[in-house]
Amino acid sequence: MGVLQAAWLIARKDLTVELRSRELIYTAVFFALSCLLVFAFAFVGERTVVENAPAGILWVTTIFAASLALGRTFERERQADTLRALLLAPIERPSIYLGKLLSLLILLFGIQVVVVPLVGLLFGAPIFRAPLLLGGLLLLGTVGFAAVGTLFAAMLQRASSRDVLLPVVLYPVTLPAILGGMQGTLWVLAAEPNYELARTWLAMLVFFDAVFLTLALWTFAPVTSE
Amino acid sequence: MTRPHHGASDCDFDVVAAVEVSRHYGRRRALAGVTGQWTAGTITGLFGPNGAGKSTLLGVLSTLLRPSGGTVRYGDRDARAWGDILRSRIGVLGHDLFLYPELTARENLIFFGRLYGMAPAHLERSVETALKRAGLAARADDRVGSFSRGMRQRLAAERALLHGPRLVLFDEPFTGLDDASVERMIARLRELREQGAIVLAATHDLEIAEQFVDGGLCLQGGRIVTIPPGPEPLRARYRRAVEEAA
Repeated sequence: MGVLQAAWLIARKDLTVELRSRELIYTAVFFALSCLLVFAFAFVGERTVVENAPAGILWVTTIFAASLALGRTFERERQADTLRALLLAPIERPSIYLGKLLSLLILLFGIQVVVVPLVGLLFGAPIFRAPLLLGGLLLLGTVGFAAVGTLFAAMLQRASSRDVLLPVVLYPVTLPAILGGMQGTLWVLAAEPNYELARTWLAMLVFFDAVFLTLALWTFAPVTSE
Repeated sequence: MTRPHHGASDCDFDVVAAVEVSRHYGRRRALAGVTGQWTAGTITGLFGPNGAGKSTLLGVLSTLLRPSGGTVRYGDRDARAWGDILRSRIGVLGHDLFLYPELTARENLIFFGRLYGMAPAHLERSVETALKRAGLAARADDRVGSFSRGMRQRLAAERALLHGPRLVLFDEPFTGLDDASVERMIARLRELREQGAIVLAATHDLEIAEQFVDGGLCLQGGRIVTIPPGPEPLRARYRRAVEEAA
């Protein structure tokens, strides 16, 4: 079986499980909404928004909600030791990584579909000013964060303090993707937008994602070997 | 032997041999110099007290654990070069059951059957047969989370056998089963022997094991302990062997 075919099977299974339990989507969306409300009270006063705040708010909310979902991605596979069943299947190990990454990304994009319009509404951010560029930045920044996060979640799935360790190791490593996404978004949503700079950050995100994905695919098999 | 681009059917074997296999977890030794050979059409009972290394040996034979020393060969192939192809000929029933509680019995079987590359028509027939064998045809579309431990155990065993493995590794196959299900499991294991499978079953139920095993391998502290032959029940001989080795 091909790597992509196996990855799709695993992602589809994960999405079916999530649709049945709705555990991650409810938790992450509720968390994201709570974050946005707190930020709305903190950064919106006298009907004006602190300059450049929406870009930071959008990314902080996305990243924190993604961290919640990440922790559960492999936790579910621990419950009946199904990760071992996946490792025992005659498929190449990177397909497990890709399947997990794909299902996580679909979930995160679902969260962003809720979060982005709310950032526009609550903070008056011009989200339709350059929709393709903004969409590209969100897509690539999220892929970079999730690519590393999925690998680390797999690495830590046998560690007893994985819930504490995951954010500690994840945020410093994914800083280039978070900063790239945030800076690019900032230049799209700024009062005086600079699309040239936004595109430069987009190009850097392409580079980060390529590096992160290559390293993750290369190291997933060794880190999941016992 | 170099690894060609062959499918699972080209990777069959009729003997599995472990030579001086050891496995360490840090400084703890789980297996020490285990040697054994298992041939097609036999059922071997894997016995030993808790922590003796039974699950570790099954893990090594399943290719999931890499031995710290020694070799395991499947016919003329080894797991290092042939891992993912060999795994298509291995079926494992673990201590945990490898089932998704949110999916139905049928969905679990279909998911794993597809992962093992089974053709759609063959998979459909195999799933129906597996559900009947597990006694779950009437509950095929119920979520596994609503099943009792025994029902999940029966389904997990059929999940492990769905793709027709040559090497069958069962860890405590009788856990949670009622008397009728134990009888059915024994019959299933005998059927696998008739079909030419190499079966290793780790169990503490020696009275049950005595009814169907062709031979036994006893581990104590990661080493093989010989169970002496004799007219006494297996349990008595096992106890004596373990006490003498302690």
